[in-house]
Amino acid sequence: MRKIAIYGKGGIGKSTTTQNTVAGLAEMGRKVMVVGCDPKADSTRLLLGGLAQRTVLDTLRAEGEDVELEDVRKVGFSGVLCTESGGPEPGVGCAGRGIITSINLLEQLGAYAESEKLDYAFYDVLGDVVCGGFAMPIREGKAKEIYIVVSGEMMAMYAANNISKGIVKFAEAGGVRLGGLICNSRNVDFEKDMIEAFADKLGTQMIHFVPRDNIVQRAEINRKTVIEYDPKNSQAEEYRTLAKKIENNQMFVVPKPLEIEELEKMLIEHGLAT
Amino acid sequence: MDALEDIVLEAEGLTPEKVKLEMLAKYPTKVARKRARQIVINKVGEAGDVPEIQANVRTTPGLIGQRGCCYAGCKGVVLGPSRDIVNITHGPIGCGFYSWLTRRNQTDADASPDGHNFMTYCFSTDMQEKEIIFGGEKKLKQAIQEAYDLLDPKPKAIGVFATCPVGLIGDDVHSVCKEMKEKLGINVFGFSCEGYKGVSQSAGHHIANNGIFTHVVGTDDTIREGKFKINLLGEYNIGGDAFELERIFEKCGLTLISTFSGNSTISGFANCHTADLNLIMCHRSINYVADMLEKKYGLPWIKINFISASATAKSLRKIAAYFGDPELTARVEAVIAEEMPAVEKARDEIYPRTQGKRVMLFVGGSRAHHYQDLFRELGMITLSAGYEFGHRDDYEGRNVLPSIQVDADSRNIQELEVHPDPEKYNPRKSPEEMERLAREGLPFNKYDGMMPEMPDDTVIIDDLSQYETDKLIELYKPDIFCAGIKEKYIVQKHGIPMKQLHSYDYGGPYAGFKGAVNFYKDIDRMVNSKIWSYMKAPWQKNPELMATYAWE
Repeated sequence: MRKIAIYGKGGIGKSTTTQNTVAGLAEMGRKVMVVGCDPKADSTRLLLGGLAQRTVLDTLRAEGEDVELEDVRKVGFSGVLCTESGGPEPGVGCAGRGIITSINLLEQLGAYAESEKLDYAFYDVLGDVVCGGFAMPIREGKAKEIYIVVSGEMMAMYAANNISKGIVKFAEAGGVRLGGLICNSRNVDFEKDMIEAFADKLGTQMIHFVPRDNIVQRAEINRKTVIEYDPKNSQAEEYRTLAKKIENNQMFVVPKPLEIEELEKMLIEHGLAT
Repeated sequence: MDALEDIVLEAEGLTPEKVKLEMLAKYPTKVARKRARQIVINKVGEAGDVPEIQANVRTTPGLIGQRGCCYAGCKGVVLGPSRDIVNITHGPIGCGFYSWLTRRNQTDADASPDGHNFMTYCFSTDMQEKEIIFGGEKKLKQAIQEAYDLLDPKPKAIGVFATCPVGLIGDDVHSVCKEMKEKLGINVFGFSCEGYKGVSQSAGHHIANNGIFTHVVGTDDTIREGKFKINLLGEYNIGGDAFELERIFEKCGLTLISTFSGNSTISGFANCHTADLNLIMCHRSINYVADMLEKKYGLPWIKINFISASATAKSLRKIAAYFGDPELTARVEAVIAEEMPAVEKARDEIYPRTQGKRVMLFVGGSRAHHYQDLFRELGMITLSAGYEFGHRDDYEGRNVLPSIQVDADSRNIQELEVHPDPEKYNPRKSPEEMERLAREGLPFNKYDGMMPEMPDDTVIIDDLSQYETDKLIELYKPDIFCAGIKEKYIVQKHGIPMKQLHSYDYGGPYAGFKGAVNFYKDIDRMVNSKIWSYMKAPWQKNPELMATYAWE
């Protein structure tokens, strides 16, 4: 089983990209589990056709110790297994600790066991790495591969660079590696060139450039991935390509994060400043 | 140090400078440089001036220190000894459990007409992983409600104490307390005393002082009967100290309005602003309340010490001088005259056996100072002393207050801004009277600290480490070592008797006249029995392992 974590700046399109890619893998006949690591619990909405999921933490709170895997795992599009960690409402408690508890519980319940015959487990992780809890998926060898969703916007690249720092920290102990950057286009000038150059500096690759297309919004409002909503659409084909590239990826590196001056210099060189 | 002792120590080749160097020798350069500022050789100048010591700073990581946490200072020390406040620890169970009655604070439950004594209970929200993730405010509300519902008659007040995780996840204990106060109609107040705050438990004392002053002090204006009304601050009734002092006050005709906080009740705190004089015992833990009471209500404070018979007599005379009433003065003198013969008789009998014995005290923020008087009465010599959580003013005196650099750790603790109360402010003495009394030897708001009272060449050490403890014992071979529970067994393994001055082991009271006699007897027994030196660990006879340090 390959364990993959998706990181990236908040609002960059991690959940959308993850679910569409997972839909692509599922279409290929792969058995996939998605673990949403965001207190908002919206990482599996498109696969499940709505927010019908009872989160791991809610279940744990309601049921106490007596939790079954079936209570916290739902089957979505094309047999994808969906779980959501969940967490506190904004402004209370500790969401990071919640992620840790939730992943530990899923392990104990056997969600990753051989008998499940999973090909992939995907972790969709909230925003930037904000504290120890959100680094949980890359600690202790939980996820071995990281993909960072990024765009040509400066803050998205800044966040990607920070996440790379987190990966370096855990690479030695946990063996986690960066598999590449996924560019989720925002139609920024010279975006593709810039992300390719950025990936090069980090010592990784831009694994795929996902163009911007309004079909994604239309599919979302219908609570579906593009692959399910409009399988013939060219955007669906983009996600299938990304899924294939991930399936065949051989490039796993310990990234070399940039100094902030270096990052800014690169942005200027690629004409973002003009 | 007297001449005889100088000769003995010199003959052993031990100058204080040498001792200091020995203690620092194994430290890395940076640590040694910091510790060198915290280990000071005493020298009292003509004007009572002493060398500067660094205190109330962070303990160097890696050094095993003596200190406790902010929560321990707030709940354990200052608020813990009040019997009729329901003290709820908001946190995982360990914090509540290990601060449950461990300080041997005694209380006289029969003195409360409602029979309230919650000190024997341990209230905790028993926070679990669920509360850490989703927030613990709901459970705290339930805990407050549950405590209220369970107890009959109903408690007058509930205090809530925040532990580390509460600060990390951001539970708002104050808004919960406010809500429950309105709902239950009793005083409910919270303390943000998360353990990690400050550099020692001292931060917790300050937070406790602020809380009690904000939420309780001045809420009951009843004028109680009595001609000479006092508050006793910084007395925690360890081993029954407060009972002995109450006995003496009553005999002298003094009315004790409140004690902060040995054998205390919330009504005493609420009413304390109606007294006419504050007596400060432990300067470190409680001087904030005394200062605030003076600013808001006009009560002056004086530093007193009831540890040792001579200090007790001196302190009683100070109180009499303050009130300036001939009848009171005569009564105080009569009490001293009546009490002293028994003390002197006990002392005279024991003195030949204790004279010349060597002592070290590393405890508290005032005890290392106060207990030196008792040892002096036994003819014992303090070679080295220091505080666990004292500040520079506790060592060098309050005159250094303006020169104390307030660092970020201290700034982190709220400083209340207090102004005279428009209705209740009433200066008990005119500035002229205060000045006259000061001239006659009764200074107000003054504490000279420990160092000016100690002989030259004694070694003063702040925030003593375990390594330094071992080294001191090895070099000085004291006859008794005084500290707390964490140090007890290390010291005893050296074959030296160890006296706990936080909890008094199983003894006490040691305050006042009768307390002094108890102390003489206990110390006599300890320094003249060789029991600990008979004990040899197996490896002291037969080394089982040989090894060298990595740096050797």
